[in-house]
Amino acid sequence: MGGRDTNIVLLDENGIRCDGRKVNETRKVTIKAGVLKNANGSAYIEFGDNKILVGVYGPRDVHPKHMSDTDTGILRCRYHMVPFSVEERKNPAPSRREIEISKVIKEALEPAVMLKEFPRTAVDVYMEVLQADGGSRCAALTGASVALADAGIPMRDLVAGCAAGKAADAIILDVNNEEDQAGQADLPIGYMPNLKKITLLQLDGVLTLEEYKQCIEIGIDGCNQVYEIQKKALQDKFFPSGE
Amino acid sequence: MSDGLIIDQLKKTQILELLQDGKRVDGRQFDEPRQLTIDIGVIPKAEGSARVRLGDTEVVAGVKIQPERPFPDTGDKGMLICTAEILPIAHPTAETGPPQPDVVELARVTDRGIRESGMLDMKQLVLEKDKSVIGIFCDNAVTDHDGNLFDACSYASTAAINSCKIPKYEMQDEKPVKIEGEFTEPPITTLPVSVTMAKIGDFILVDPTIEEWSIMDARITITSNSDGNVVALQKGGSDGFTQEELIKCAELSIKVGSKIREIIKQSKLRGN
Repeated sequence: MGGRDTNIVLLDENGIRCDGRKVNETRKVTIKAGVLKNANGSAYIEFGDNKILVGVYGPRDVHPKHMSDTDTGILRCRYHMVPFSVEERKNPAPSRREIEISKVIKEALEPAVMLKEFPRTAVDVYMEVLQADGGSRCAALTGASVALADAGIPMRDLVAGCAAGKAADAIILDVNNEEDQAGQADLPIGYMPNLKKITLLQLDGVLTLEEYKQCIEIGIDGCNQVYEIQKKALQDKFFPSGE
Repeated sequence: MSDGLIIDQLKKTQILELLQDGKRVDGRQFDEPRQLTIDIGVIPKAEGSARVRLGDTEVVAGVKIQPERPFPDTGDKGMLICTAEILPIAHPTAETGPPQPDVVELARVTDRGIRESGMLDMKQLVLEKDKSVIGIFCDNAVTDHDGNLFDACSYASTAAINSCKIPKYEMQDEKPVKIEGEFTEPPITTLPVSVTMAKIGDFILVDPTIEEWSIMDARITITSNSDGNVVALQKGGSDGFTQEELIKCAELSIKVGSKIREIIKQSKLRGN
């Protein structure tokens, strides 16, 4: 909205952001793979103050039956925020925002998952946001691809998520909640680091063409950092002794 | 899905072969949108309206304006809400009932393009701070679906809001009262225009038809404003874009968007 007014200082004179980060720094990200007993694959991710649990079920039979495809498996995603995840209680029924985010995350994961190997089946990805801060769609996407790998689903690449944006006229990496509310632009990115393809991209806010290019550049950089943490989570699960 | 699969595959092969020869099924250039016609004021009872035809895709947008109680945290701004629905007359697959995810996405992307551009100076739409503000509701009804509803709804919304007339209200005893017969111009700051591109193989096509839409690998909708800045964006579909493709798409969107913005401006001049 080209600069929403606010009293928060988003960027001080030393180039430090409201949460103490530099402009090109991500928040702390920790991921643990294999945290649920019943799910075929799972992950717990903390991305700054976001806390998200992801469970993957499948490949399994498709219900309702008419959704099944004889040619390929299908991917179904649900991004959901629990009522206590935000400042004011959220109605537990899926909002239009959650329906849209579920759809863009599904389309961000599809290029990575080799569904043709499992015709007539479904892989269900459930992302439960236990606590939300800015950038929960990127965090959920990041956790979901670790959970899919944990479930042993064949994948072409992991998808790492990280947003770039603009606040206080500076291009910043990994937009937090305050920066999303009071900043000038938010550009969440999902990226496959090995195939070098962007599979999730949205934008809210005004950017010049030059700023847009910078945001994509810095955002890809952030995704590459997140990717290293994803790999480490999977290594810790499958090779705990550090082989 | 599986019913149309073989036909889809044949169609995709045919479309791809044509693209390799530099041709599209309907003979357009890769960066050429379909013919766009916009008529404003088609619904006189609405405070603003536009009928948009983009090729054979048709959308009617109507703007209704009424005083509203503002949200607690935005008492110093007017209210703006855009929606979109696909009417069951628009296509054999269009369904009545609660909206499917693709329709929810259409409505939210349409709203985001208008909202994030800051098209209207919302601070000028306050009757009394924290008590009463002007609410502007722009609803898009898709009446015929031949692909790329995102852009058709974007053009219809921009044209309808750009040409609307805001009824005059005055606060009397803490209540907004309409002054009959008096109107003001909307506080327009910029004209947002979206351009949607389909990726088929390695080709990027502006304004895909429903045929191209059904076989595309991925799509991207980029909205630009009058200053040539990017204001909203949505990627969709089951493939990704490279960094170079994304920059090319943004440049294309700004270039094609500026021509479409002229058509929207002309529609208002013709309507008045």
